[in-house]
Amino acid sequence: MSFTNVENQVELIKEISGSDPYKCMKCGKCSASCPSYNEMDIKPHQFASYIIRGDVDELLSSKSAWKCLSCFACIERCPRDVQPGKLVDAARQLAERQRGGDHLQADEIPELLAEDLPQQLLVSAFRRYRR
Amino acid sequence: MKYSYYPGCTLKNKAQDLDRYARASALALGFELEEIPEWQCCGGVYPLGSDEIATKLASVRALNYAKEQGQDLITLCSACHHVLKRVNDDMKNVEDIRTRANNYSDFAEPYAGETKVLHFLEVIRDVIGFEELASKVVNPLTDRKIGAYYGCLTLRPGKILDFDDPENPKIMEDFIKALGGTPIIYSMRNECCGGYTALKDPEFTKQRTAQIFEDSTGFGADCLITACPLCMYNLNKSDAKAKVPVYYFTELLAEALGVKEEA
Repeated sequence: MSFTNVENQVELIKEISGSDPYKCMKCGKCSASCPSYNEMDIKPHQFASYIIRGDVDELLSSKSAWKCLSCFACIERCPRDVQPGKLVDAARQLAERQRGGDHLQADEIPELLAEDLPQQLLVSAFRRYRR
Repeated sequence: MKYSYYPGCTLKNKAQDLDRYARASALALGFELEEIPEWQCCGGVYPLGSDEIATKLASVRALNYAKEQGQDLITLCSACHHVLKRVNDDMKNVEDIRTRANNYSDFAEPYAGETKVLHFLEVIRDVIGFEELASKVVNPLTDRKIGAYYGCLTLRPGKILDFDDPENPKIMEDFIKALGGTPIIYSMRNECCGGYTALKDPEFTKQRTAQIFEDSTGFGADCLITACPLCMYNLNKSDAKAKVPVYYFTELLAEALGVKEEA
């Protein structure tokens, strides 16, 4: 499947996320719940609209996908079961699959380490920042 | 009673306290944790993508091992609990993931989510019971005002994890009461600490943990408890004025049960 075609990208995001952006009623509860709201350029409640409009490139180049904490607050609280976190994560995965997962390089890690840093932090960061 | 036990990567290293106090406490409460041989790391974050299979296999192998032993599977770390329960739910309810994961595996029979996954606290609540726990306390945590910090991974999504009410949980508060302490309810108790972003964006996790300390101490907490090594790390790294000590829930459990020294 081509990754350059916009329609394909929209379909891929729907497929990876298993979520239906058309169910969103823009209530904003996801953005109100999001601990990373202030860090994001595209806010959680906007993801569905971007996907519906086919503006996937903006999503893939936004920093929001790297700011999602996987805390599942928006997924828990979405009254329409759109589960915005899944859309955000699908955009992250699509970006990683296209760019080869370059948000964290192995070479960067030594200087990010602290003596008491738990393994959980490293494996979680790898899972979120790299394919 | 014996359980298959999945410790996870961090409990073998930076979070050894979470593990050893749990083992000692389990024996005092009459159950045993039999570590799953050759368990592999769950990856810390549940792979949300519907087409992600390989990243779920480590969990599937552990789940299938417990099934073969005829045992329920216990875990302690919030992240392992989260990942294992969600992968198990996939294996039970998502045909595509079940089929493809089994195609990768050489199990005697296909795994279809048969294993029951329990957090250590669920065993205390649902199998032992808080009354029974209270009856075994020899060093009650009298006068301790303890804030339960649930974070995100133990609770959400509530329908799949089925751990407690995700917006108004009480399992850890009931646990604190059973140990003789006073639970402190505060609004940030089920909000995220910032998680893995501590690696690349430690200033952000410091903002989050400062809010957690300010909120919990504002309601009178003199310490917090957690089940998550990453919450523990982020909270410990905080430079908040309102910072108070943070313990693994198993440490206070072992203390109250009088088995802390031998752990």
